[in-house]
Amino acid sequence: MSKIEIRDLTKSYDGTLNILEKISLDVEEGEFYVLVGPSGCGKSTLLRIIAGLEKITSGTLKIDGKLANNMLPKDRNLSMVFQNYALYPHMTVKDNILFGLDVKKVPKDEQKRRLDEAAEMLGLTPYLKRKPRELSGGQRQRVALARSVCSQSPICLMDEPLSNLDAKLRGQMRTEIRRLQKKLGLTVIYVTHDQVEAMTMGDRIMVLHGGKIQQTGTPLELYNKPANTFVAGFIGSPQMNLVQAKRVGSTLVLGDSVTLPLSGEEIANLPQGNQWQIGIRAEQIEPASTGTEGVCRVKVVNTEMMGNETQVLFEVGDALFTARWTGQYLISIGSDLAVHLSANDFHFFDAEKGTLIRPALHIKGRAALSA
Amino acid sequence: MTLEKTAPTMPQGTEEEVVEAKKRLPVWVIYLLPSMLIFILFTIYPFVKTVITSFFATSTTGSLTQFVGLQNYIDLFTNGNYLQSLGTTFLYTILTVPLTVIISLLLAVLSAEDRPGMGVFRTIFSSTMGISVAAGSVFWNLLFHPTAGLLNQVIRWFGGQPIGWLTDTHYAIFAISAVSIWMNIGFSYLVLMGGLKNIDDSHYESVEIVGGGFFYRLRKVTIPLISPSLFFVCTISLINAFQSFGLIDMLTSGGPNNSTNLMVYQLYQDAFVNFRIGSASAQGIILFVLIFLISQLQTKLTERLVTYQ
Repeated sequence: MSKIEIRDLTKSYDGTLNILEKISLDVEEGEFYVLVGPSGCGKSTLLRIIAGLEKITSGTLKIDGKLANNMLPKDRNLSMVFQNYALYPHMTVKDNILFGLDVKKVPKDEQKRRLDEAAEMLGLTPYLKRKPRELSGGQRQRVALARSVCSQSPICLMDEPLSNLDAKLRGQMRTEIRRLQKKLGLTVIYVTHDQVEAMTMGDRIMVLHGGKIQQTGTPLELYNKPANTFVAGFIGSPQMNLVQAKRVGSTLVLGDSVTLPLSGEEIANLPQGNQWQIGIRAEQIEPASTGTEGVCRVKVVNTEMMGNETQVLFEVGDALFTARWTGQYLISIGSDLAVHLSANDFHFFDAEKGTLIRPALHIKGRAALSA
Repeated sequence: MTLEKTAPTMPQGTEEEVVEAKKRLPVWVIYLLPSMLIFILFTIYPFVKTVITSFFATSTTGSLTQFVGLQNYIDLFTNGNYLQSLGTTFLYTILTVPLTVIISLLLAVLSAEDRPGMGVFRTIFSSTMGISVAAGSVFWNLLFHPTAGLLNQVIRWFGGQPIGWLTDTHYAIFAISAVSIWMNIGFSYLVLMGGLKNIDDSHYESVEIVGGGFFYRLRKVTIPLISPSLFFVCTISLINAFQSFGLIDMLTSGGPNNSTNLMVYQLYQDAFVNFRIGSASAQGIILFVLIFLISQLQTKLTERLVTYQ
């Protein structure tokens, strides 16, 4: 039995425009489930529906196998971490952590036990008497987490909990939240717009766009076999290079400007038809060595030197491609560059609908996958 | 010399810079001059003049005739009328301030949620802010009218005896207080509503998730989070109550039998009707000290309860 089960859920505020459309999902007990998508895609609304803060227009929501469509938030036995942490400025850290336990009639000594445990777990013991404004952003975040831990609810909903932190702290908290979740066996539903958080934290990810499910799967499934061009562009950093391509004889013309000669094997692996949208990951574009097979010449627009790797931006028709090469490549902007592309590394998408026709046949750093 | 260089920043850094900053000092004085002039002319000067006058006997035109020391003050505190007006003012304050704040808070909490039609209620609840004391007084004068007034008509309809709202010494202060509460709700309501609207939804949603009810939410979240607005409203209402004048002047002129004779009205009478400028000045100073002490006391008492974010 799934912990949370949603079937054909639709949400609309005005009866005409659907904020969420036909959403179905199953979250297993102890799973870290990430809802990811650009702002306005409906992910926060979905989370708030699960919390009971928003009403369902149609469809069903079950928690622990029980129909929960009209269940009050307090009866759903869950906790929620808000983006701004929802800490009360007039309460001490201790009272903030224990907030709500008095409503649930948890005895005082039990409260004390939970408080000590949670504070210990999150390193907040020295700060219990402080007010939230005397804490740093990361500490406030921990107080919000401690409140969740103290509630001992089996389900924890998190709404972009890391978006107010700086990049370094975000990295730390990612690990910390993940560790906490594993340790307590929490079922977490985590909303974020940051695909890095989704990739690194989620057991499974749902990508939402325009209120519709784009794809559901493990992080690597999404990365290796994106169901459509939206997922392809959204998951992965730098994002997947996407361009229109058509087959002309034994070559592939990319974005009407770059011609890529194909080998016999590559031609055999091409999907049906002769016009597609193709996508290739930045790490699968190689600097060209010798020979002409799979080599095309492009114009360099910019380079970004990271020290350990170099990102090269070049034009392919209207699109701007990014290649990521390990090491330091000193390339002058505006120069011509020979790069090596293999059609076997391409994801082929339907030219109009953008749905996946054939994923890449090779994943870099991994044994060849079957098509 | 550029504008930003003349800003009154604290001299910092090397000695040269400090000297440099000192040279620039007069420039900010020039910027302050217009408001300083107005402040000195209309606040400092009258205040000093009042303090001085309060130690003198005065002619009917207000010129100082003889230094009398504290005699004006001594006279006031041995004058039954004045002591009564002092007592009436306290009663009036106790009647109006808490009720104004509590009613406004209740109205604000009830109308804070964004639901269809809420705008109508918000407009109604804040509307008394746009009504002048004069207009409000006329309106209430009609309601209070002994025979034609709506209030007495209702009482008669229920078979009761009509009440002389503004003419009966037992009722007048309560009638005046009711009008004052009605008049002041608009402003308090608006300030408290502003405070409420500043509270992030997630604070309420947290309560919803743990299952706290209306009063739990009010006690644990709403009131503490709008405590700065509440404090502001309390202070302003308190000061307003001590300075009430317009309503009294329009509705009762201090009567009947001095039962609504508040301190400021007494002051006005002494200054501009009886032309006892020296005594009126002393009353002004007493009022000032009183308001100062009470607002200090209030600040001290509530300091712990107010949380600024």
